[in-house]
Amino acid sequence: MSADREAILSRVRGALAPLHQRASLPDWDNELIHMRTLRGDVDAWTLFQARMKLVNGLPLEGAPALVAWLVQNNWTHGYCDPLLWPRLQSAFPAGFTVETTFDRTRVDDYQFGITRAAGAVAETGTLIFTDAATSSRLAALTPWAHIAVLDRAQIHLDLQHAVTQLADDPNIIFCTGPSKTADVEGILIEGVHGPGQQVALLLE
Amino acid sequence: MKFQAIDQFAANLKPSTQAAVYDGSKKGYDARTKTLFDHFEDPNRLRVVAGEIKQHVVENLDTYLPQVEAKLQANGVIVHWAATAEAANQAVLDIMRARNAKKMVKSKTMVSEETELGHFLEKNGVECVETDLGEFIIQIDGDHPSHLVKPIIHKNRRDIAVSFEKHGLGAYNDDPQTITQRARVHLRKKYLEADVALTGANFISAESGRLVLVTNEGNSRFCLAAAKTHIAMVGIEKILPRDRDLALLLNLLARSATGQQLTVYTEFITGPKSAAQPDGPEEMHVIFVDNGRTDVLASECREILRCIRCGACLNVCPVYRQASGHAYRSVYPGPVGAVLTPLLAGKNFPAFADLPKASSLCGACNEVCPVNIPIPDLLLRLRDKGKQAHVPSPGMPPMGPWALLASQPTVWKAALVGGKIINHLPTKLLPIPALRAWENKRSLPEWKGGDFRKWMKGRARPLGAPNVSRGGPSGPALPGNIL
Repeated sequence: MSADREAILSRVRGALAPLHQRASLPDWDNELIHMRTLRGDVDAWTLFQARMKLVNGLPLEGAPALVAWLVQNNWTHGYCDPLLWPRLQSAFPAGFTVETTFDRTRVDDYQFGITRAAGAVAETGTLIFTDAATSSRLAALTPWAHIAVLDRAQIHLDLQHAVTQLADDPNIIFCTGPSKTADVEGILIEGVHGPGQQVALLLE
Repeated sequence: MKFQAIDQFAANLKPSTQAAVYDGSKKGYDARTKTLFDHFEDPNRLRVVAGEIKQHVVENLDTYLPQVEAKLQANGVIVHWAATAEAANQAVLDIMRARNAKKMVKSKTMVSEETELGHFLEKNGVECVETDLGEFIIQIDGDHPSHLVKPIIHKNRRDIAVSFEKHGLGAYNDDPQTITQRARVHLRKKYLEADVALTGANFISAESGRLVLVTNEGNSRFCLAAAKTHIAMVGIEKILPRDRDLALLLNLLARSATGQQLTVYTEFITGPKSAAQPDGPEEMHVIFVDNGRTDVLASECREILRCIRCGACLNVCPVYRQASGHAYRSVYPGPVGAVLTPLLAGKNFPAFADLPKASSLCGACNEVCPVNIPIPDLLLRLRDKGKQAHVPSPGMPPMGPWALLASQPTVWKAALVGGKIINHLPTKLLPIPALRAWENKRSLPEWKGGDFRKWMKGRARPLGAPNVSRGGPSGPALPGNIL
């Protein structure tokens, strides 16, 4: 294997040796990727909501709105991050079964999963998840509905800002809408391997 | 008269396949144009800068490769190197055997298609399941992907329903929602049973060692939530210098590929899971794969190593749209494949020397490329390479009579005068094989004659006058035989 390393690096050096001049690294201004449709006169949460709806995500405000939505869909069995549950518990009426440890041997029992978002990107309607903020990767992925709990202060205005502020975390996910495919005849189908419903829940 | 290989393939294509490929690629192209131009003031500038960044990386790989290796190791990643496809496959198998691992789930990666990893692992007793819906269908059909981002663009829902029924995934049902739901149920079992997850990488940052993966379905996310070992096979050219460059390239990648602002799941991976996290890999391996890339680097076509595999050049290409991806006989179809395949073939170059000829050099591929690869120039360089190596060109019409005509002014003038005769000849019946092959699918336009110099004089305008479009209200009409 280290023989392969030396072989590759020496071939790379050999291939580049005849070049008299190497292409330099261009600098570029953030303005280059500024989206012109982005409105600067609204707050980040308002913008985020509008953009998230464009990718078929669902922004909600406050625990009662979430519970009403779950009741409406008849989803009563789910998972919640143990750190979040004390903040949400009082809004959930009797009849709900909410577990705070995720059992991977019965992933299909959970109709919804509630975990924390580490941030969001307004211009793309994106939620950001990290290993540090996500209590279980599987709980944020396998239930049909994933609810990511977000604070107002966590919202980046644009992708450029979010990418340059990436946390020191081994697994950062930018999630833009529900899991989807267009592999079959280009027809959009949601809920392929991950959630068919992606919710951003703003808690004050 | 024998056709060129790609022509022949296109001629034999089922009309339904051709329609599927045409519609799918046109849709992709239209969506790309709309998002880029709606969103950005100067989208062309984005791709020019992105091209410069990638060219810089390609020409400085000797610095960046050791740099990214050190970063990865500092992040707790085990780095491997593989000079050939065989070495890359063996490295994967060795990692699996050392852990007594028998089952793998695989997220879509082009480099593992190159090395035919799936077949190799199956032969060695490892179950290897493709998890991207399209790739999964390709796998159960024993087929090959025909597009970089839409692997089953050549199939319709009825084809898929038949395959699902044949492979025990439920009774015939061609509703795309049902097909997807069945794959969801089948594949989540596979993820949860797997010992190892294999992915590729779209980008890897030299600054932080962050490996970026994009999927819409969430299959790589699931792979990295369920399995205990993560292996990433990465082509040596996938590096970007800085994290902020990721923002530029990510803005271009999804828009160019599918017309999305951002792919649904964009993952930045730096290593094994954190200690508190219950799910995900406890160890991570990166295998840097050469498999012919250093030959490309040494060639006059190294610009092709900028490619980020978005498929925009396929979607826009008139030849690809008619011929489909399988016509290119390799992992990489379309304009990018016509350049990359003969180069990666190494000694086997002559077998693919026809691919660069299957182009009208219209330049559309260059115009849509998010990293501004001058594909038409590269195609010309490869045509020249084929000529220098005396690779025969089966199916090419003989150019001798044309050369005679074009190099003798008197013969040329006589032909111009006598050209009208052609309007009265039954050209379809002429026993000239090249002409018959051409007219098989096309008809000759009417010969109108004309005099280019006379036309040009009539078109003269004073300096500074507005540039009136040809044939416009105040401009002289173009003679019929020009253009």
